Amino acid sequence: MSVNFLIHRAKEIQAVIDANASEIEKLDQEIGDGDHIFNVQRGIKLVIELEAVIKDLPMSKALNQIAMKVLSGIGGSSGALFGTLFMTMAKGKDIDNGVDYKKAIEIFADGVEAVKQRGKADVGEKTMMDVLIPVSNCLKKGVEDNKDVKEILKEAIEVAEKGMFSTKDLLATKGRASFLGERAKGHIDPGARSSQLMIKTVCESVLNS
Amino acid sequence: MKKFMNSADDFLKESLQGFGAAHQDIVNCHYDPNFITRATPTKEGKVALISGGGSGHEPMHGGLVGYGMLDAACPGFVFSSPTPDQMLAAAEKVDSGAGVLFIVKNYSGDVMNFQMAAEMMQGPNESVLTNDDVAVEDSSFTTGRRGVAATVVVEKIVGSLAEHGGSLQECKALGDKVNKNSGSMGVAFSSCTVPAAGKPNFDIGDDEMEFGVGIHGEPGRRRDKMKSAQEITNELLEAINEDLKPEANEEILLFVNGMGGTPLTELYLIYDNAKNMLDKKNIKISRSLVGNYCTSLEMQGASITLTKLDEELLKHWDSSVHTAAMRWGV
Repeated sequence: MSVNFLIHRAKEIQAVIDANASEIEKLDQEIGDGDHIFNVQRGIKLVIELEAVIKDLPMSKALNQIAMKVLSGIGGSSGALFGTLFMTMAKGKDIDNGVDYKKAIEIFADGVEAVKQRGKADVGEKTMMDVLIPVSNCLKKGVEDNKDVKEILKEAIEVAEKGMFSTKDLLATKGRASFLGERAKGHIDPGARSSQLMIKTVCESVLNS
Repeated sequence: MKKFMNSADDFLKESLQGFGAAHQDIVNCHYDPNFITRATPTKEGKVALISGGGSGHEPMHGGLVGYGMLDAACPGFVFSSPTPDQMLAAAEKVDSGAGVLFIVKNYSGDVMNFQMAAEMMQGPNESVLTNDDVAVEDSSFTTGRRGVAATVVVEKIVGSLAEHGGSLQECKALGDKVNKNSGSMGVAFSSCTVPAAGKPNFDIGDDEMEFGVGIHGEPGRRRDKMKSAQEITNELLEAINEDLKPEANEEILLFVNGMGGTPLTELYLIYDNAKNMLDKKNIKISRSLVGNYCTSLEMQGASITLTKLDEELLKHWDSSVHTAAMRWGV
């Protein structure tokens, strides 16, 4: 995983998110306040705009720049959560000496754990953590079991989708959807949908390369 | 939506510019990142108090920057938490070496962003988390009670201690104490409109009120039919008393706060009705504050805050203060 890799995946994510924007917006209008898609689109755009600044930087510095950008540029809870993800990844040991897939999975999992701490949300609360935590666990287990990287990524895509769909019947206990109590049931969480799309895009891109 | 605005994008900037120009003897406004400091630098050795939160609650917090209260405030976009770069820039400007105390309302966005700023900060810092809203144990926005109008009381009292040489640890401890000694509850008659959203935050019928509302219009205890002022006041006070348990003859601060769209005439009427009820319970109102301090844009509504006062809190409540929104003893 190089800085170039990050920039390219961000561009692919932008295309996928844009293509699904109206669906995500609709999900958010049903159980949130409707601004999630704009936050995600703004965040991705800000990261892509960093290309010239970060392309020649070591991995740790590039990730830190991304973290600060989404933190101040998105703002609110989403900015803090995504900022925490990248900031924690930036702290990964020896990442400036090259990041293979095992290292990438390790720092991603550390990042997800930090996001879980920051937002104090776990699996089952109808948030993006219903996608990120199972995916992180699946990736770690794949490495532990010495599975082939392609197999691990295929599994991660499935786990992400399952996690995303699982939010449909959950009661929200974190975030704005928790206003609605029972009324939020029957709707997929928009944050779970956008993060599932991002995971899928990155995994498929690596599988097809 | 009817608002005094030119464009939603410039709404905050123009408001901050006006605030800075109108109160240039007291504050300095800084932009990109946005923060407000006192017009004069922090006295050497004085603990710097920094607060912040979404805009739309004015005068909290910018109007509370000045002698005897805050050293800096970080305004986020309307109803959206400020970000760590604002807090770090403010801290760099106002930290005189004695450390920084962050005063944070318990809303998830605010908590996360202040927490990150605290982690990134090099110098000594502490945080006081306010959670005075007795309406909810498990709120819509956060785990636990929300931080609302008592934040103003915390900022006044801790501001005085900091001004009089209190250490970072002493300021933190006093902030926690004031928060613990305070309870608030609010009620809304109408919704409010975030400029960028362009439509009301929630729907409410002409004959309805949101009882236990938060400072963004988020639901509290229940949706109720309108009642008389005395009934509403009694219910608010009963909820607070149940939590705060002030004893007979205990001295308290009675703070009647407007949400932005309720006239002072009505706030004083609430004060009268609250006094009726507290007198009956022999609770001694020894200090008062009435006005729009912790608002929710143009929302019609009010909150009541009670703070139990001991000698230490009384002394720091009475000490002089000179901010855009609160001024006495100078």
